Amino acid sequence: MTAPGKPPIVAPGHTPGSVTDQISSIVLTRMPRWWWAAFGASFALVMMLLYALTKLVFEGTGIWGLNIPVGWGFAIINFVWWIGIGHAGTLISAILLLLRQEWRTSINRFAEAMTLFAVACAGLFPLIHVGRPWLAYWLLPYPNTMDIWPQFRSPLVWDVFAVTTYATVSLLFWYVGLVPDLATLRDRARQRLAKITYGFLSMGWRGSATHWHNYETAYLLLAGLATPLVVSVHTVVSFDFAVGQLPGWHATIFPPYFVAGAIFAGFAMVITLAVPLRTLFDLKDFITIRHLQNMGKVMLATGLIVAYGYVIEIFMAWYSGNWFEEFMILNRIQGPYRMQWYALLLCNVLAPQLLWIKRVRSTPALLFVVAMFVNVGMWLERFVIVVTSLHRDFLPSSWGMYAGTRWDWAIFVGSIGLFLALLFLFIRFLPMISIFEMRTIVPKTQAREPDEVSP
Amino acid sequence: MVEVTVDDRSLELPVWILPGHADGSMTIHLGYGRTRTGRVGSGSGFDAYRLRTSRAPWHVAGARIRKIAKHYELASTQLHSNIGLAPGPNEEPGFGVEGVEAERRHLVRVGTLEHFRQEPDFAQHMGHTPPEGLSMYPPWDFPGYAWGLSIDLGACTGCNACVVACQSENNIPIVGKEMVAMGREMHWIRIDRYFEGELEHPHVHHQPVMCMHCEQAPCEVVCPVGATVHSSEGLNDMVYNRCVGTRYCSNNCPYKVRRFNFFKYNDTETPVLELLRNPDVTVRTRGVMEKCTYCVQRINHARIEAEKEERQIRDGEIQTACQQVCPTEAIVFGDVNDPESKVSDAKAKPLAYDILAELGTRPRTSYLAKLRNPNSTLEES
Repeated sequence: MTAPGKPPIVAPGHTPGSVTDQISSIVLTRMPRWWWAAFGASFALVMMLLYALTKLVFEGTGIWGLNIPVGWGFAIINFVWWIGIGHAGTLISAILLLLRQEWRTSINRFAEAMTLFAVACAGLFPLIHVGRPWLAYWLLPYPNTMDIWPQFRSPLVWDVFAVTTYATVSLLFWYVGLVPDLATLRDRARQRLAKITYGFLSMGWRGSATHWHNYETAYLLLAGLATPLVVSVHTVVSFDFAVGQLPGWHATIFPPYFVAGAIFAGFAMVITLAVPLRTLFDLKDFITIRHLQNMGKVMLATGLIVAYGYVIEIFMAWYSGNWFEEFMILNRIQGPYRMQWYALLLCNVLAPQLLWIKRVRSTPALLFVVAMFVNVGMWLERFVIVVTSLHRDFLPSSWGMYAGTRWDWAIFVGSIGLFLALLFLFIRFLPMISIFEMRTIVPKTQAREPDEVSP
Repeated sequence: MVEVTVDDRSLELPVWILPGHADGSMTIHLGYGRTRTGRVGSGSGFDAYRLRTSRAPWHVAGARIRKIAKHYELASTQLHSNIGLAPGPNEEPGFGVEGVEAERRHLVRVGTLEHFRQEPDFAQHMGHTPPEGLSMYPPWDFPGYAWGLSIDLGACTGCNACVVACQSENNIPIVGKEMVAMGREMHWIRIDRYFEGELEHPHVHHQPVMCMHCEQAPCEVVCPVGATVHSSEGLNDMVYNRCVGTRYCSNNCPYKVRRFNFFKYNDTETPVLELLRNPDVTVRTRGVMEKCTYCVQRINHARIEAEKEERQIRDGEIQTACQQVCPTEAIVFGDVNDPESKVSDAKAKPLAYDILAELGTRPRTSYLAKLRNPNSTLEES
């Protein structure tokens, strides 16, 4: 339903049939040439990632720039960055579903996919960042002959639970949402292999009333399950820092500040992907300016919370009267990593202010630029939190400096490659917009022009 | 680098400008430099004997020095800039942020004899120790032995013997210059160096720092696999076999005394090197954390002997490696539950203090503040 003056969530003139045709044709026809080039490039990055990981396992964590005092670096920064990005999908799918925000429909599918792939990238880093990755399963509570359990007071163990739960629920939610569309693809596919695969994955969906009833119930329940996870995962991730006693980590503001940051980063990534995709696949009818505007608003709101977090950190350093805290902030502002801090403020605080302007929110190119600033800014935020806090802590005699090596960068860039490669495969093989949900909103968008509704 | 020329002989050397060195002079450490030492040592060091003759074996006058356009990387376990204690109202710019911070945090505590006479426990007033029992957990009892260590800063001369002794006792790998330059030295005990006063003639203080064996150890709560745990005698134990190498413990250690095997530093393949090692100490592999154990192998050895003779471990029976070699007996180790022990005696002194006690870590390693008795006329000149 479109309020007067608001752009519609589906362009006028669509029928349920045309929606199905347009979205499923992306999957069922040959991919354009640029897809092969883009997939090839990201696949090459995945190969680089594999090479770097092999070297890491054979030689050791020392190939990275880590040292004492900076025991955590790129791996943890990347982990938090990816897991943050992986927040938008569930937020869009679950919370906006429960809030009955219909505009979410055309972006939820690929936002969920993006969430899954981002969580996959994120999940890689805790595994590889440990000194002996082949023993990382010791963080799981499993019965063993030595009767040893993980140390449950450690936030890293909480992390294992939070991230695995999140990954599982996100996967289920995404898959359950896909089932009716997989059936559509099964019915429309011409090749035998495609028919069998989609048929297998659609689990015998025939679109009966019982099916729909069960589906709606399951989807709603999963949405209810996923909703607390949106808040809990990044809260637990923030505990990795907040539970430590390091100045710059040990702050009670961290959980809400991290959750807001995650949604901020997640929406930035959704915009980063949505803007080019809607042009390349001609989906402007489904991902409209209205969607972009709404996402811009969410980004602005969460960006302001993040900015508030920065201000509170500085205020608390002064208000606590704790000299270590105070020094930590002064070191951020004046220390050797001050440029990263200023860049962070530029990207995360100043750039999103452009979103107050409606013209920026409704111009895809400008929105894309702001989102790119936020993507970079959120990475820098984690760099500032992890590295700037560690490199100068309590004893000046142990202060040090940190810089990523080429292997740090190879693994970081490689993980972006992995993310993109998975995303391109998703676009190729699955409908990136939920077909049946789009069909349900088509009649509503056209309610005012009854003459144009097709028979 | 610079070129030093004496008569017709010259030598290219790196220089390190230190506070307090006499103006117009330089100290060159004697040595031949290494040209053929194989993979480890070739090309390291400089042949200082090229400047030395039998006519002037120790001091050479009339040396000329010229800056040349070459660079040579020096690896140091201390910061490259100077850690100093700010000299008070007229702050010297040369000490940098490290110095200002070190002073503010009262890590090394120094007083004059006069000050001590007026206020014997001045060192304890320089920091804030939170009272016991603030923790939400009930306090832990140490009914048997409770190991502790005390270091007298007044006695420490910074000779490094403890560092070397610890290295050979505990099979600590030597990691080489590149690793040290990256901040990956493995020493379990280090000596922090502080300058106090003006840059031209500072006082130098040394502070050996090893694992504090905190009673409320920040490293233990964050380890996800329980690889660092507390023993019933108050030792903070590392379980190497259990360590997966998250490095969280090191991040959360305010003293930064933990050391990580970023690579496989120990050569376990060469048979002859087995003879090099202390058989009582585990050789650590790649990817695990390690740190000072208070020479737990010596404690256990003494315990076995005492149990055989059905008696308590006597005070002084256990000497840690660092204590054993300390030429000034600055380090005292023993049972803090025994009120008669030397370490209890040291910890009861008014000069005793803990570093970073305000964090509530309750370290078992404590320090005795340094006392100076300056000659007032010399001090003023």
